[in-house]
Amino acid sequence: MMLDVAMTKRLKHFDLDLAFSCAPGELTAVIGPSGAGKTTLVRLLAGLEKPDSGKIAFGEEVWADAEQRVFLPARKRGLSLVFQDYTLFPHLTIRKNVAFAASDEDRVDELMSMFGISHLASCRPSAISGGERQRAAFCQALARNPVLLLLDEPFSALDVANRRNLRSCLKELKSELNIPILHVTHDLDEALFLGDTVMAVESGRIAPDWLKEQQAIQRHLAVSGLSRAGVGTSVHTSEPTAEEPALLGCG
Amino acid sequence: MDWTPLILSAKLAFWTMLLIPVVASPLASLLAFGRFRGKSLLDAVITLPMVMPPTVLGFALLVVMGPRGFMGGLWEDLTGNRLVFSFAGILMASLVFNLPFAVQPLRASLEKLDPRLLESAAVLGLSPLSAFFRIVLPNCLGGLAAASILVFAHSLGEFGVILMVGGSIPGQTQVASVAIFEAVEALRFDDAFRMSAALIPVCFVVLLIINKINARRS
Repeated sequence: MMLDVAMTKRLKHFDLDLAFSCAPGELTAVIGPSGAGKTTLVRLLAGLEKPDSGKIAFGEEVWADAEQRVFLPARKRGLSLVFQDYTLFPHLTIRKNVAFAASDEDRVDELMSMFGISHLASCRPSAISGGERQRAAFCQALARNPVLLLLDEPFSALDVANRRNLRSCLKELKSELNIPILHVTHDLDEALFLGDTVMAVESGRIAPDWLKEQQAIQRHLAVSGLSRAGVGTSVHTSEPTAEEPALLGCG
Repeated sequence: MDWTPLILSAKLAFWTMLLIPVVASPLASLLAFGRFRGKSLLDAVITLPMVMPPTVLGFALLVVMGPRGFMGGLWEDLTGNRLVFSFAGILMASLVFNLPFAVQPLRASLEKLDPRLLESAAVLGLSPLSAFFRIVLPNCLGGLAAASILVFAHSLGEFGVILMVGGSIPGQTQVASVAIFEAVEALRFDDAFRMSAALIPVCFVVLLIINKINARRS
């Protein structure tokens, strides 16, 4: 089912004012500078915050409609959310974490094997590495067969090897899942690699110019041979881009 | 030596320890997670027994729990018995007196909990009540245990409030601290000494357990 969003939310310094759709099997990468409202967007979609005006609908189901005073709480939306820094439940083993909201035990084993964490089943989250914890968080999110997958900078706390590995996993899973995926990131490489659509957000609004600027900087850096280290914008170097993603708002 | 006051003290401490989480947990959750007007007022009301002179609190409870008081009248209508000068009465007084000693550590324990765990639980489909039992409680067991044991130790030493609400009826309301006071007043120093000597190691062991729990939590 299609995710349709057209809503506003008053933030401290600006209004978050976004309208977009995300189709099943499609990954929308949301990119933008820090404080642009990306995480608030994720929280609004997850049902952790209410929009001030407008509507969030998933297929025929209205999740939030400020005018009609409709608000479906997070627990009833059937989606999954992977946070930036793996919020696994510390008192549960990795397997129990993954199976926490799972509908099928076989799916739990399958996912744990796919993400290479089967051997950690009886460990507590505090006993494993950050990369392993984030894999477990992905498994937990996927094990419940969500209708929508929200990813809030899920790779930002990982080292390069783990990041690359998980990106590839997600790319593979994308078509198999056949659900809308919204992936928030501040990494242009990642957005271009994973996104079918890339949506740049700046000060709460879709900002195609910001994205064009970033791409121009990226091209300039690539031409002048500057490495990603020490330069603000990352350069796409190692991972191939399968096909060019659509840039939202760029026509 | 008559062991009845010591047994009664242990019984009172045990029941207070057992029942206090039921009263303190919702209040601690409200103070830790709630966003409402009058929160600091509620906090002050809960903490009041900690700073009030026990005799003042005892007198206030005596008025409320007496036959003409709100609680005492209700209790008499329900059970046909008087609340004051009974074990049930001193148990209720003990719960009120110990409330801040349970709420404060529990609240601190709840405030340490990462709020995103609760958000994560909600996104994964848990109702607030299920999240409380499946996420909050297991992650705050240390705080809950520390609070309960502290309350147990504190209940063993209660004097002013118990004397005001329960008087000194042997076998019903005459707990160890009251019995020690009466023994001293009657110049029965041997009895007072034996009862005191029996209480000291119990309190010491309880404190050792609390320290161990706190060390594990930190």
